[in-house]
Amino acid sequence: MLLQVEDLSVCYPVFKGALLKSKRAEIRAVEQVSFHISAGETLGLVGESGCGKTSVGRSVLRLEEPAGGRVIFAGEDLGALDKHQLRQLRRQMQIVFQDPFSSLDPRMTAREVVGEPLRIHGLFTTRQEYRDRTDHLLEMVGLNPGMAERYPHEFSGGQRQRIGIARALSVSPRFIVCDEPVSALDVSIQAQIINLLETLQERLQLTYLFIAHDLAVVRHISDRVAVMYLGRIVEIAGRNALYRSPLHPYTQALLAAVPIPDPVLEAGRKHLVIEGEISDSLNLPMGCRFHPRCPKVEERCREEVPGMRPATERKHWVACHSAG
Amino acid sequence: MAIFQRNTKVKPALCRTGALAVSAALLRHKSAGAGMAIIWMLLVMALFAPWLSPHDPNEQDLYHVLQGPSRAHLLGTDDVGRDLLSRVLYGARISLIVGLLSTLTATVIGVFLGLVAGYKGGLIDGFIMRLTDTVMCIPGLILLLVMAAALGPGIHNIIIAISALGWTVFARITRGQVLMVRELPYVEAARAAGASGWRIMFQHLLPNSMAPLIVASSITVGGAIMLESAAAFLGLGVQPPTPSWGEALRVGYSYLEIVPLFSLAPGLMITLAVLAFNFLGDGLRDVLDPRLRGEGDKIK
Repeated sequence: MLLQVEDLSVCYPVFKGALLKSKRAEIRAVEQVSFHISAGETLGLVGESGCGKTSVGRSVLRLEEPAGGRVIFAGEDLGALDKHQLRQLRRQMQIVFQDPFSSLDPRMTAREVVGEPLRIHGLFTTRQEYRDRTDHLLEMVGLNPGMAERYPHEFSGGQRQRIGIARALSVSPRFIVCDEPVSALDVSIQAQIINLLETLQERLQLTYLFIAHDLAVVRHISDRVAVMYLGRIVEIAGRNALYRSPLHPYTQALLAAVPIPDPVLEAGRKHLVIEGEISDSLNLPMGCRFHPRCPKVEERCREEVPGMRPATERKHWVACHSAG
Repeated sequence: MAIFQRNTKVKPALCRTGALAVSAALLRHKSAGAGMAIIWMLLVMALFAPWLSPHDPNEQDLYHVLQGPSRAHLLGTDDVGRDLLSRVLYGARISLIVGLLSTLTATVIGVFLGLVAGYKGGLIDGFIMRLTDTVMCIPGLILLLVMAAALGPGIHNIIIAISALGWTVFARITRGQVLMVRELPYVEAARAAGASGWRIMFQHLLPNSMAPLIVASSITVGGAIMLESAAAFLGLGVQPPTPSWGEALRVGYSYLEIVPLFSLAPGLMITLAVLAFNFLGDGLRDVLDPRLRGEGDKIK
């Protein structure tokens, strides 16, 4: 097991007042999220905007201080590390960002962007070595090293994302958080980047936490999938099990919303639409967070938070009172 | 003018290759072009003063004091018979040295404090910005007089005094820029790569905050020249016999009715120098601004 996340919680304080700030409330963006990822595996993390998927990714990398819980990477508790040790560990865990337009410094050339982590960690001794390594990295992600001296604005979105991936790979990490790496790209480019990520995973034995809201993309790349709703994981299962027989009503609705690329079938199938709006994250509902919108709501859903429990199938976990 | 700016490829957002594009656009900008021409002229005056001057600026000729323009003295002579033209040429040195050096120190101090304040935030930010507010509250000329009185007159002290006044502008601008830039994903990307705070500040935040700083420093040079002249006019600047515009203005002022050129010539030079740096600053703002907007679009 490469990464283990136990009861992770992330809170954002909400301040009031301009001069003397006082903490008014807390947004509990992520609450008691637990999962694990084995080496070489891809865990997909899906959920709608604002459900806390990105906060999970960021706090796993300790780019954000979690309010509670533990993140154990390769046997080391990240919370117990000091600044120095954490910087060392950053070599093993990297991130690919969502927006390839703002995640590259506009004042650095492609080579500088890719080579910056090498510089930070002192991973080369001579200029020639630096050039060779950055050239190699660019080649690895399918870019021509001849373009290394260009600036980010001279590249297309897909090319920029490749630069971002090359940068993440530069320090030979074992684990990469892909934070919606394709959702800012054109559909035709998305497939290329996904394939690149898969090829690299195979070649370099990488482990991914793949965050996305596109169910088709997640299905394609993931081994297992976790579904989040309002800061909690509601279901986690192997890819096929989840897509074939979703147990949580939210997952069922989510999957039902995916259109079928056949107009006859699409017109003929019954739609399962969930009612209402996503709840206010400042004023979370009691009990199960999905209960105000759930079609199968029962009395105890309003009071009791459903815990994660194994369903009939092995490795299929669900947090719902009525499911399973 | 507007057409020109639209044509000068707005896209390349402030990269190093953009420096060429900026200077090309500046040359096409009318007032910035004029400003640069005057600044070049001043630089030539200052650098080549010994060769350009017809006389030794300190050579007194008490038989020919307070003369109007003549073939021997193109701008006439001052109250002790020194050649006014030579003194005006040499005076460019003091004005430029004080203007440029004090702006440089003010920029270094201000940018550093602004970076730290903007990046660290919290108490450090509060402390630095309140300090900035405090310094800004004090009227410039009064602080200048107090410092000159405390430190004694002289070029070093004038530079120190002007820098001590001028850094606040840079601190504020830098902090504002940093607050904007530090939220961008590439700063987070640097943190994820394990970059230290210093690296983020100087490799990422500073280069991406440059545009308004360049504009401000150009205008500050003009302001510093003005302050230096004011101090010299009040007798607190460079000490005689070193030629300085402010000092010539002060002495010439008493003889305004006899030889108007005595004070007019240095006065005009001060005006020209200040205007030139302000023109350049305005031009820089016009040229850099559409690029800034171009950068902003991409963030969204």
